[in-house]
Amino acid sequence: MHADPKGVLTGIHFIDGDHAACEGALAAGCRFVAGYPITPSTEVVERFAARIPLVGGMFIQMEDELASSIAIQGAVWAGKKVMTVTSGPGLSLMMEHVGLAAITEVPCVFVDVQRGGPSTGLPTLPAQADMMQVKWGSHGDYEPIALSPNSPQECFDLMIKAFNLAETYRVPVFFMMDEVVGHMTERVVIPEASEIDVVERKWTTKKPGEYRPYETDASMVPEMVKAGDGYRIHITGLTHDERGYPAMNAQAQDKLVRRLLNKIRDNRDKLVDVRADGVEGADVVVVSFGITSRVAGAAVEAARRKGVKVGHLRLIISWPFPAKVIRDLALTARAFVVPELNMGQMVLEVERAVSGKASVIGIPHAGGTVHEPEAILEKIMEAAQ
Amino acid sequence: MSEPATLVCDIENPVTPYLREERLPHIWCPGCGIGTTVNCFARALTESAMNLDKVAIVSGIGCTGRVAGYMNLDSFHTTHGRAIPFATGLKLANPDLKVVVYSGDGDLSAIGGNHLIHAARRNMDLMVVCVNNFTYGMTGGQVAPTTPLGATQTTMPYGNFENPFNLPFLADACGAVYVARWTVYHVKQLAKAMLEGLRKKGFVFIEAMAPCPTLYSRRNRLGDGVDQLKYYKEKSKVVNGADTKDVGLTFQGDITVGKFVDRDRPTWLDAMNEHYIQHFGEKYVPYGVSHGQD
Repeated sequence: MHADPKGVLTGIHFIDGDHAACEGALAAGCRFVAGYPITPSTEVVERFAARIPLVGGMFIQMEDELASSIAIQGAVWAGKKVMTVTSGPGLSLMMEHVGLAAITEVPCVFVDVQRGGPSTGLPTLPAQADMMQVKWGSHGDYEPIALSPNSPQECFDLMIKAFNLAETYRVPVFFMMDEVVGHMTERVVIPEASEIDVVERKWTTKKPGEYRPYETDASMVPEMVKAGDGYRIHITGLTHDERGYPAMNAQAQDKLVRRLLNKIRDNRDKLVDVRADGVEGADVVVVSFGITSRVAGAAVEAARRKGVKVGHLRLIISWPFPAKVIRDLALTARAFVVPELNMGQMVLEVERAVSGKASVIGIPHAGGTVHEPEAILEKIMEAAQ
Repeated sequence: MSEPATLVCDIENPVTPYLREERLPHIWCPGCGIGTTVNCFARALTESAMNLDKVAIVSGIGCTGRVAGYMNLDSFHTTHGRAIPFATGLKLANPDLKVVVYSGDGDLSAIGGNHLIHAARRNMDLMVVCVNNFTYGMTGGQVAPTTPLGATQTTMPYGNFENPFNLPFLADACGAVYVARWTVYHVKQLAKAMLEGLRKKGFVFIEAMAPCPTLYSRRNRLGDGVDQLKYYKEKSKVVNGADTKDVGLTFQGDITVGKFVDRDRPTWLDAMNEHYIQHFGEKYVPYGVSHGQD
């Protein structure tokens, strides 16, 4: 179905990534946001708070990130599309409710405008150091989806995709911005509502009495209902059976956790979203994501001018990790270069996928600014030797 | 003695329709007071004649946190301490629902204390039932923010030296529009308070004192559940309208019960709508008003 025009600010805008992300959410149908102020993400909720009264929906500033990250989940069970917005320290507090969203299968979007850490770290300066936290940060096994925009335009476009994926798979989806992408101002084109495809929630057609909240078909994604519609559902963060009732034994745990993982793992190929630039037959492949991909792009161009056969693979969806794409490239490429604004996170995934078939050179950076293109160029030249 | 036993079984318990019978037996210990509060809640729902499809119940974690799972309502068993913010999202996303938060003293006033005070401050339209058994039952009887001075708990093995909360005073000070305390000895009064709470608009806080024979009474050599009911009966004094600062509890001391606060002020949602109507004029469509048409 198409976007509801009430939320779509069609036109050409000159706005930053935080504002564009908010417009993306509104266009995607997000009508409930709960948040707590934190730099450098706050502009997203400030804009939402200003926009939502006349769009028709709700913003509430909660007392902390724990409250924000569960208030949105209450709103999902009343039928809303939802989002919360934060940065590293707030994301750490939200981890418990990432797990709740995973086990109760609540479609929701967590926006993380990354800054330097650990702890309070660098509130106003960029990093990409939460990549492993969103994959592994909540206890137990789960498979999130994460997207990495690198421009205000992508903050708009990919936010719609983030909401659509949350609805399709009923998982928490992470929108992994960073301080630079959040605060960089560029041209953003917002199309007509009729040109924006949005995924409607997977509502059941079953009647009360026939409906079981966690019964699934081959898609492994159960159908949803709303509180107040007479289904008298029970939803729990405990391991549960198809009725949604607690079932605390090894068999129920195995059945539930395998399905939660497989609904993503079995769709990994469908979930691949990369931008490949000259990777076929390249000797060196640069793997990057988010803001670093823009710096890496400049380094790749410079290396090509020096005659190096270098490709650039940019991760749009960073989780699930496109291991197969990398594995296939490792059959021909001699080396992979992985710049990222952390001390070595996604490079571990690249190493895992490459599995010794090529050399993998990380370019760690503690954050606070972006890489110098020369630093990436230098490693590309080294790798090409 | 002359009645055949089968006749007894033909009488349906009046609260049965409110329970998910397939989930019974429940997890609560013999002598526990939580089940009594559930009975009172079911009776309040009966009296209210509300459309039960429009009543949702939200619990946190702990023994009382299991209440949501036994009620035949839309029911949510959330995370420890976070029932109130979940309920806030549910209520604001569909104002047509009556949302009840049902949880324990540790869940609501320790780990969830921040949410409790802010929901009261905002006058969020929620009814909160706090079953206070003065301990963490599910984890083995650790000290709670409600444990009276001098009571022994597993993490206060030589007696509690920490000052406890006076929960009605806390809820009152933060702006709750309805505050009451009853014990599970006062079943009629507790059910009536819950009925009033269901009908009240705004943040309602009802403290229900309940025995935990396994982990509070036994450790403090207070006997079983019946002995605690005797204590509630002997030491309770009804003072409706009591100043909440005077209703703090002491170890096996006097208990002030009653309806302490019953006042009106705009809920968070009403305040938002009123404010936006003033600010935006006719451009603003009041939020939630179109709900309930289906």
